[in-house]
Amino acid sequence: MTLFIEQCLNGLQFGLLLFMLAAGLTLVFGIMDLVNLAHGSLYMIGAYFAATLTAWTGSFLLGVAMALVGTLLVGMVLEVVVMRRLYGRDHLDHVLATFGLILFFDETVRLIWGPAGLSLPLPSWLNAPVQILPGVYYSAYKLSIIIVSLAVAAGLYFLVMRTRVGMLIRAGASNREMVGALGVNIKLLYTLVFGLGAALAGLAGLMQAPILTVQIGMGEIIIILAFVITVIGGIGSIRGAFVAAIFVGLVDTLGRAFFPDLLRMVLSPAAASTAAPALSSMLIYLLMAIVLVLKPEGLFSAGNK
Amino acid sequence: MPWDASGTSDLIFSGWTNTGNFRYIGPSKAWAEKAPGRNTMRKTLLAASAALLLAAGPAAAQQKTIKIGFISTFSGPVAVIGNDMRNSFELALDHLGRKMGGIPVEVIYEDDGFKPEVGKQKTDKLIESDKVDFITGYIWSNVLLASLKSAVDAKTFLITANAGPSQLAGELCSPYVFSSSWNNDQTPQSVGMYMNQKNVKSVFLIGPNYAAGKDMLAGVASTFKGKVVGQELTKWPDQLDFSAELAKVKDAKPDAVFVFYPGRAGVQFLTQYAQAGLKGTIPLYTAFTIDELSLPLQKDLALGVPGAQQWVNDLPNDANKKFVAEYRKKYNSRPSFYGAQSYDAAMLINSAVVATKGNLSDKNAVRKALEKADFKSVRGGFKFGPNHVPIQNFYLQDVVKDGNEFVLKTTATIVKDFQDGHHTKCKMPAN
Repeated sequence: MTLFIEQCLNGLQFGLLLFMLAAGLTLVFGIMDLVNLAHGSLYMIGAYFAATLTAWTGSFLLGVAMALVGTLLVGMVLEVVVMRRLYGRDHLDHVLATFGLILFFDETVRLIWGPAGLSLPLPSWLNAPVQILPGVYYSAYKLSIIIVSLAVAAGLYFLVMRTRVGMLIRAGASNREMVGALGVNIKLLYTLVFGLGAALAGLAGLMQAPILTVQIGMGEIIIILAFVITVIGGIGSIRGAFVAAIFVGLVDTLGRAFFPDLLRMVLSPAAASTAAPALSSMLIYLLMAIVLVLKPEGLFSAGNK
Repeated sequence: MPWDASGTSDLIFSGWTNTGNFRYIGPSKAWAEKAPGRNTMRKTLLAASAALLLAAGPAAAQQKTIKIGFISTFSGPVAVIGNDMRNSFELALDHLGRKMGGIPVEVIYEDDGFKPEVGKQKTDKLIESDKVDFITGYIWSNVLLASLKSAVDAKTFLITANAGPSQLAGELCSPYVFSSSWNNDQTPQSVGMYMNQKNVKSVFLIGPNYAAGKDMLAGVASTFKGKVVGQELTKWPDQLDFSAELAKVKDAKPDAVFVFYPGRAGVQFLTQYAQAGLKGTIPLYTAFTIDELSLPLQKDLALGVPGAQQWVNDLPNDANKKFVAEYRKKYNSRPSFYGAQSYDAAMLINSAVVATKGNLSDKNAVRKALEKADFKSVRGGFKFGPNHVPIQNFYLQDVVKDGNEFVLKTTATIVKDFQDGHHTKCKMPAN
């Protein structure tokens, strides 16, 4: 039972982390109709900023705060310099240009920080396990990721559902042309949303950094999952991204945790331990396929695209 | 000169730059000029050197250059390993005066991108269009297994400087394939022996799900006398979060955990091991997880985590002292075992070129010379078993803090003159 609780928490933590990434992706995709493959690069940049600034300031929290602002700025500059030229063009152009950006960012990071990667050490108060239930210990850091992500999700909900900016964002996701026609400064809105998405990706990257270390290309694997979540949740829907992210996180972690044991009941141990990692990593895509068959628009579609 | 063959293979193996040019297949001499793309420069150079070769006339039976192909990972997050291997290989060439048996050496480095299919393409390219005399490098067992057949079929000598899939030591052994490293399960087998010495009763095994990971876990299990209470193979190379596996370790409560995670994954594993509260609770034993490349990132997380290795930087032989000191002087960093094996690979090739006086067309003589392994290895003694895998000592290495730096130190010899268990399955042809 302890094992099950811990695995569920692991799944929840992973899911919430994916939500940070997917939220930015779905906002940009939904509102600007822009496919941004380079979203993972912003995740990487957040992590590199945090590692460098934490080492420089000597304070984890200060480093993280500065890294968030840094990633926000990088995102906004990126929107003004590159992304603005891509709106209204074919999706294939987006893919090509943002794929180029991935190469650009990877190489830039290699030039600045070298190929070896960085580590982001945690302060000791985050590095020890804490007792969450009698007899159940859980990593304090993973617990703090859960708490921070839930707070950010709540903040996003408030921003999108209860503020004027949020209203414009929702309107933009439903019908972009109409929002522009009503005299809203759509350019500024786009820059803001892109910056916000970048900051969210950066937050995910820097939160993941102490667990996974800071490496070139660290965003490229995880961004695929973020795309899967965007598709499952419905493009442009933050609520959909939230539900889908937690779903994917739980399926992935619980699948990895318990699927091999289930498989061992029917297969020989050797065959099971070889096949299980491959099969359990397919579960997410299976989930996506099922959702697409039942609801081609995703769980919570933002509007009629 | 077989111009046609090179032209054709070139079109096939870098096909995407040339797809419009298939009509040129045929008795074309000018393949270098008509192949646009990023390889044009090198191809032009190659063509030029080939032309020079032709100009020298068919009387030149002696080689003009010794061509060595070197395949490793030079891009992406594990490029640090490839760089270390290349640095060490270059250092070895410096020490040889960039000549082998008086003949200049040309090395062509190719990036496998951490992918078996790319590694195979690059191997084919090196063999068929560059016509290398030797091919070496190879970090990853799965890349080597994919590339093996090309080298063996072309009778090009392949010296693996790291990867050691167990198949290669057994049924896939070949007269043309040698190892300057080890067979995959030798190192974990010595870890298993060490755990027996430490009286460990139960162990949990974790490793990545590819050729080497499976060999490693099987290796420990074969020598460890206690009980294996659990075994997890994780998706390779993209699973970097081990929380699900570590939760299972916690639940199984073993005496010890054995882990194999080369490259960056080793850093992530040690980090997460500490964050899960397992460091200091359940002792960790490793193979190829802590080295000079990962240690600057692992830092104190690696303290007190033992591992086994056939080479450690402080081995007290002259060749090693020279290698380590000059590496540190030239590159201002510490060499790893990957580098040490690459250095040995260069010295091994040199020994064969010297012994055959540069006459590499006599494959049998080259093979005999390689089998003698007549060179000073940085690991001390070096001799080949019948399957061309070294019979060698394995040492216990530990991490110590030296001022602000973390370094690896030899603390004991676990096993002497250790031979892999697969050599009985190897039916090496006599010729």
